Amino acid sequence: MTGFLDSLFNGLALGSVYALIALGFVTIFKASGVLSFTHGSLLLLGGYLVAVLHDDLGFAGALAVAVLVTAAVAGVLDRLVLQRVGGSDPHAAHIQTIVTIGIDIVLVTDLARRIGGDLLPLGDPWGDAVTDLGPVTVADSRVAAILVSAVAIGGAFALFRFTPWGLSLRAAAEDREAAALMGVRLTRVRTVAWCLAGGLAALAAVFLVAFPAPGLERTTGQIALKAFPAAILGGMTSPVGALVGSMLIGLTEAFVAGYQSDLHVLGEGFGDVAPYAVMVLVLLVRPAGLFAAKGAARV
Amino acid sequence: MSDLRPLLRTCGPYLLTALLLCALPFYLDAFWLRIGLFSMAAAIGAVGLGLLSGTAGQLSLGHAFFLAVGAYGYVWLAGEPGPGLPPALAVVLAVLLAGAAGGLFSPVAGRVKGVYLGVATLALVFLGHHVLLTADSVTGGFNGRSVPPLELGGFTFAESDPELTVLGVPFGGEERLWYLGLALFALTWFTARGLLRGRPGRALVALRDSETAASVMGVHVARYRSAAFVLSSMYAGLAGVLLALSFRRVVPDYFSLALSVDYLAMIVIGGLGSVAGATAGAVFVTALPLLMTRYADQLPLVAAPGSGGGSIGPTEASRYLYGAAIVVILLYAPDGLHGLARRTRARLRRRPPVTGPPGTGPSPGPAGATTTDTSDTTARAKEHTP
Repeated sequence: MTGFLDSLFNGLALGSVYALIALGFVTIFKASGVLSFTHGSLLLLGGYLVAVLHDDLGFAGALAVAVLVTAAVAGVLDRLVLQRVGGSDPHAAHIQTIVTIGIDIVLVTDLARRIGGDLLPLGDPWGDAVTDLGPVTVADSRVAAILVSAVAIGGAFALFRFTPWGLSLRAAAEDREAAALMGVRLTRVRTVAWCLAGGLAALAAVFLVAFPAPGLERTTGQIALKAFPAAILGGMTSPVGALVGSMLIGLTEAFVAGYQSDLHVLGEGFGDVAPYAVMVLVLLVRPAGLFAAKGAARV
Repeated sequence: MSDLRPLLRTCGPYLLTALLLCALPFYLDAFWLRIGLFSMAAAIGAVGLGLLSGTAGQLSLGHAFFLAVGAYGYVWLAGEPGPGLPPALAVVLAVLLAGAAGGLFSPVAGRVKGVYLGVATLALVFLGHHVLLTADSVTGGFNGRSVPPLELGGFTFAESDPELTVLGVPFGGEERLWYLGLALFALTWFTARGLLRGRPGRALVALRDSETAASVMGVHVARYRSAAFVLSSMYAGLAGVLLALSFRRVVPDYFSLALSVDYLAMIVIGGLGSVAGATAGAVFVTALPLLMTRYADQLPLVAAPGSGGGSIGPTEASRYLYGAAIVVILLYAPDGLHGLARRTRARLRRRPPVTGPPGTGPSPGPAGATTTDTSDTTARAKEHTP
């Protein structure tokens, strides 16, 4: 029973961190139709900034700077590079998706070169402390992950729902042409979307490398790839779907890892790849994800 | 005599290129031959991916998985432990195995489209890597397996058996594999081009441009999507076999997501939807890091491998260049190297010989440039297939 609760809690914590990343994917996809492969490097950038700056600015200051800088970098990349690619090509979003891969290669190479083989500590206040919650012992970093993610995600949902930008974003996702005719500035909407996604990625980095993970390393960015199944499961255009998908992915990973001894048929470390297996199974049944809106196709 | 001329004009460039490529092993040392071999293997795989992503418009990040199926399929089928089949038969079966793996994925590949498929195929790479690491008895686990040399009718594609010296040049493994690679590449080139210019190619292009319109015209959407996926995995399987033969050892970590991204970069740099473009991209992406490593000490800003510190090593330098190449090429020439070459060729051909004899190098005036540009776009809109 303790094992079950442990896995449940770990899954929720993991899921809430994935949700931060997946929400970024969904926001970008809604605004621009681009699948961002740059997220791994944005995440790494956020983590790296916190690791470098926390000595001088303190953890909170470093985190604030990291979130702002990463958001700015994401926005600038969109404005100066991505929006100039493709032009009026009907497949512009596809081409831009591949450009994000190119950007990711450059950024990751540079950050990995700076990080080298080191493990960088982030200087987070919760360290390796644990709290007893009834029968289970939980790491403070995970409690913090759940709480902070809940606040950040709540904030993002409020942005979608109550601000003029959120309205523009939803309109753009519904029908880009009609939204543009109604006076929605698509370029501005998508740049803000990229900024939001970048900030969320930087925030996620802090919790991905917190205890029990050893610290920031050059491969940390690859974890962002696990949020892809989460976003796809939810249907790519639905923030609620991304949330549900992230929880599903987090719980799957935690439970497979927790019950690994019973699942040894599947091999060591199957927990790391289980999210992808779940994704394939879901796509078999629902090729457009769980929460995708049904749309009519026009010629 | 006049009957031969058109034939000569179409076949001439091919014959010349083939002759040149066949002559190379007599002049180049093993280092360059290895670059060539890896490039040819990559080109075969890239042509396959180009068929799927460029022509059919389906983004795939699972190419590394199918390369692995081909490579490991050959190693297991031809080696010990394994059935120990004749290597030539093992090659054919390995390619079919890769195709079958693609077929097994077709319930997803046929229905899921665009970026969704890209992410779905991510799953193949990660699950495949996991299987390669855990299924020790077949794949050899983390350390991989050594590759049995290919043998065809008593002739071995390895250092010896039989010893061979042609025109005073000793023929080792690289030289022999070079000709094998050439043959396989020629096979790929002609089958893929035939396919793209025929009915299936047209159907796939129609499918890419508008799914609804294509299905109204009688294209079976799911069937064509699955077929493109299966075919592309078979090319990947063939490339995997050739790669395994050139590496002489297969390890799981080679077949990672980075490899899939490399192949995607090849077809994008070369130009989507073109066989020649995929080949050019494959050579660029494969040769760049190898050349950078070899000539690191002569390049400015690049440190020799292992010198450490905060300096930029050759691997990193080539990664920078390669990431930047993707961005810059798509920014300024969204149709890649192939499109660039075609536009240059069209511009050269259309320049009217108004003043003086050709060859005096007439300068392109701004007015002339604009007219050629507009006529180029109309020509491009009509012709999608290479």
